[in-house]
Amino acid sequence: MQYFISEDNIVTTADQPYDLSRHNGHFSASFKAMASSCELLIATEDEHLAHALAKRSLAEVKRIERKFSRYQKDNLCYAINNANGASTPIDQECHRLLQFAQTCYELSEGMFDLSSGVLRRAWQFDCSDRIPEQQEIEAILPLVGWQQVIFDKRQIQMKAGMEIDFGGIGKEYAVSRVTEICQQFLYQQTCKQQTSEASVLINLGGDIQITRPQKDRKPWIVGIENDDQVISICEGALATSGDSKRYLLKEGKRYSHILNPKTGWPVEQAPASITTTAPLCVQAGCLATLALLQGKNAEDFLKEQDVHYWCTR
Amino acid sequence: MQLDKKNVKTALFAASCALLGSNAVAEDWEYDAAIMYYGESDRVQAVEGIFHANKDLKNGREFSGKVVLDSLTGASANGAVPQDTPQTFTSPSGKGHYEGKANEMPLDDSFVDTRLQLGGQWSQPLGENYLFSAGANLSAEFDYQSIAFNTMIGRYLNKKNTTLSLGLSYAFDRIQPDGGRPIALSRTVPDAEQFDSQEAFDQAFNATRQSGGDDSKNTLDIIFGLTQVINRRWITQFNFSLSEVDGYLTDAYKIVSEVNTDGRAISQRYESRPSTRSKMAFFAQSKYHFKKSVWDISYRISDDDWGLTGQSLETRYRYMFANNSYLEPHIRFYQQDAADFYQPFLLAGEALPEFVSADYRIGKLNTYTVGLKYGKKINNGREYGVRLEYYNQTPQDIGIEAPGQLAAQDLYPSINAVIVQFSYKY
Repeated sequence: MQYFISEDNIVTTADQPYDLSRHNGHFSASFKAMASSCELLIATEDEHLAHALAKRSLAEVKRIERKFSRYQKDNLCYAINNANGASTPIDQECHRLLQFAQTCYELSEGMFDLSSGVLRRAWQFDCSDRIPEQQEIEAILPLVGWQQVIFDKRQIQMKAGMEIDFGGIGKEYAVSRVTEICQQFLYQQTCKQQTSEASVLINLGGDIQITRPQKDRKPWIVGIENDDQVISICEGALATSGDSKRYLLKEGKRYSHILNPKTGWPVEQAPASITTTAPLCVQAGCLATLALLQGKNAEDFLKEQDVHYWCTR
Repeated sequence: MQLDKKNVKTALFAASCALLGSNAVAEDWEYDAAIMYYGESDRVQAVEGIFHANKDLKNGREFSGKVVLDSLTGASANGAVPQDTPQTFTSPSGKGHYEGKANEMPLDDSFVDTRLQLGGQWSQPLGENYLFSAGANLSAEFDYQSIAFNTMIGRYLNKKNTTLSLGLSYAFDRIQPDGGRPIALSRTVPDAEQFDSQEAFDQAFNATRQSGGDDSKNTLDIIFGLTQVINRRWITQFNFSLSEVDGYLTDAYKIVSEVNTDGRAISQRYESRPSTRSKMAFFAQSKYHFKKSVWDISYRISDDDWGLTGQSLETRYRYMFANNSYLEPHIRFYQQDAADFYQPFLLAGEALPEFVSADYRIGKLNTYTVGLKYGKKINNGREYGVRLEYYNQTPQDIGIEAPGQLAAQDLYPSINAVIVQFSYKY
């Protein structure tokens, strides 16, 4: 494949689904996936290495998106949600995600619920004052409840009309998976070429994980989506839950888009968004979500967990 | 809601490890393929194809397998001395003969062989601080089969900057020479034409063959290793190995000339080597990674109870260019002293020694190799390389006075060879 290098340092080919650009000391590969802007920062001078990592990362993100997105009609998620009460066969990876969701459900005592997405039929967080009627919510509530989802290693079954939405963990899972893939690839390259291992930052719409610290522990500087903050991060991961632009406002009362799956109503006094750090992005993402579900106790919860966080109210 | 708050993080972290712990996505296999040509001027030509596959699994586990096929043709020195007249030798199988030209080292041109090697190796960490590896190798050619097993355990120390290792390997070889194993030091029979009948020849030939005895060889190797990371650019390695070989160690195809005081070969005898050999070797290597280059230098010294001591010094310098290509010059020097029983010929009338061999490979010799490799990384981790090397082997006079016509012969001719290799990694 022939590369051409244009004046603004964009190194790319015509048929490549990502943009690669060279910066001072690193490459940046950017692409759109999972309805977000995604970027890989790769601390290397080796353009081929940057391409190899970008290609593998993009392929993994697209694979996860294709398999678990609820916006597609020919994937596993669609099959599960449209089984009409019948059981749907699942694979190991799906089973592991369901197990993880089960743990989050138990740890949050029922607040973290992948089946709560159907409440969106009543709630549209478009900054308007359109609050749904209680009876509207009550009509949907029977379709919410993780305890009604039955699954094992081979199949999943739930009643007709119920839906599960991997959106709550999918993006963070993709970040951690891509990190693993980059780490493995870099490890192999390092062993073979006797070079020192490059640091890679994976950023899928503000959910971030780093393969390893940069040389001399120089931090990566990243902006957080939906926020003007710039965060410097050396190692590990960070993730943001919540969206300060999604709410309803009626008679002076702000309704956050964090819904309580037990009542069908927004969690009272929930922060607009929470960003936390953890070794892995899936961990950071779940901690942030569990904290949001605590409503007014969000900060206390985070302090008790002894994690670094940024909270926007 | 009231969470058991302290446990949330711990439980969540544990669950996320299970989520990412073992993955359905298969990691890619990596393949290396290479073809190599080795050609000595007027002697052995070899072509070797190597296919190597490697798979890195989760958690540091690794599997690799390889297949090597080589094919040798051409002529090899049989051990006899050159003469001022052509010489005729019975081929090792007894089923033909070949000529040695006047004033040239006699070469056995019936030398044709194909060897197939298969190997597999598994390695994995054992807990935090240990590394384990085990493997097996099979090798087969028409007159030689070998099966070998190896195992190694490594211990990381000093934050993994130091690795101590202990390796063991055991090989069982079976040697079935074409024409059977000759009786050590027996005289070779002249070609069939000089006998009255084929029967008479067969009888004389068979009289030089061993009927029973050991046709196997067992080798036990023990290797102690120390790998030390000095800093992030510099790594060193030291190995000490002991090797015990036991069995049929003679080369059934090599002979020794028995010459008279005129230097005329009056007969040829099959060589004879001891049935055990104890070796030890020490190896040291340093690899330094500069910003754009890697310098690798190693030294090896070995000694054995055959009196064969050797030492080699080898260095490679890989310079990486900005366009993902590299050049790697390579130089190696090797020097060895002859085995105690090495003799270029036997003198007629003197008592026969228990062991004797005129095989130049265990004589005193110096060799050097100079080479250059060019490699280029292309897309998707693929890489190709071309290697060109020149090899020179110069046997040394061990100070035995050559009688009569032998004084005018070159008893220690040197060998030159070229090596060309193409490799491709994908």
